[in-house]
Amino acid sequence: MRPVADVLIVLALALVAASSTAAVLARDPVRQSTVLALLGLSLALLFAVLQAPDVALSQLAVGSALTPLMLLLSVRKVRRKGKEGGSHRNAGNRTGSTDQEGRR
Amino acid sequence: MSRRARLWVLAVGGLGLAVLLFAASLELPGFGGDWHPYGVRAVEAALARHTSNVVAAVNFDQRAFDTLGEESILFCAALGTVVLLRQTSDEHRVRPEPARVAPPVRRYALVALPVTLLIGLYIVAHGQLSPGGGFQGGVVVATALHLLYIAVDYRALERIRPIGLYAMADAAGEAAYLLLGAAGLIAGTAYLANVLPYGTFNTLASGGTVPLLNAAVGVEVASGVVVLLASFLDQAVEIVDADDPDSSGRNSDQDNSGRPRAPDNSDQPPAPDTSGRTPTPHNPPEEKPT
Repeated sequence: MRPVADVLIVLALALVAASSTAAVLARDPVRQSTVLALLGLSLALLFAVLQAPDVALSQLAVGSALTPLMLLLSVRKVRRKGKEGGSHRNAGNRTGSTDQEGRR
Repeated sequence: MSRRARLWVLAVGGLGLAVLLFAASLELPGFGGDWHPYGVRAVEAALARHTSNVVAAVNFDQRAFDTLGEESILFCAALGTVVLLRQTSDEHRVRPEPARVAPPVRRYALVALPVTLLIGLYIVAHGQLSPGGGFQGGVVVATALHLLYIAVDYRALERIRPIGLYAMADAAGEAAYLLLGAAGLIAGTAYLANVLPYGTFNTLASGGTVPLLNAAVGVEVASGVVVLLASFLDQAVEIVDADDPDSSGRNSDQDNSGRPRAPDNSDQPPAPDTSGRTPTPHNPPEEKPT
């Protein structure tokens, strides 16, 4: 039983290391928020295999849902503000463009 | 201070922290070992007070004062967000247009909403018995409500989300925790002392004040997160600069949730905004559905 648990812990740790490195390397905030959600998920996994379900639950709720959402909303607001004040306020990209977080 | 000097200070501080952390880790019990000096004592104290979730016993009984601090952090964060992200005099609100949602998304979100809400409430209610508690369950409850934004649109979410009410519940949850702590003082022992009868082990009413403090945190967190997200959502969806003549028109292009707007809505005049300013009707010819 013990080696199985050790393998799981090492795997979860590796996942956390990989996703947190990816979160640092991602420069675009929108992509970063997605990677951050992944990081939250892998942290929740790590806490779960370390037998801390309480912490895993909070991490799951906050780290993989709430934080990325607030980040996305902030990015959306900032980018829209930039777009409104910018020079291309009459640009023709208005026909129901579906790019949520304003790839401009 | 020059950049070089600052880097030196940073390096010295970082090195000192590393040395201290390493020295402290030498005294820790081994990873995965069977010697848990703190755990044994915490479990003993939790069982003595008939609380089957030891983590809840630590959070709301043995270290209840720490939790008061944590709860206040969220309370202050929500308060600060409301103050910082309020609608200023040079901004006005644009009422979001109704949005069209893809039927599978709508079906899924409408099914997931009550299930998620129930799970959240269950996690809050069973905090003293099983993993979870007021904080975890509160966040789940708050996110469950926002599934309505995904299922329908922002107007629907606003209808079930009177901010004033949630702000009041937020304050009430925080106040309830403080007052429950004071109850310990009045009963003659100490602040946040567990003064209620402990009840039968492993039932909903067990643990003395633990379920009550847990519920207070649940109410505070759920409404605090709703208020927090509402300030962010209002800024991202509704509030625009008033000095931008194009902003109201630009806003009616999209439904403000990033979804493409339903074509049959484009002839509808924009709804009056809350600041009393009548926005100019906006129907760009290139947008008319043919």
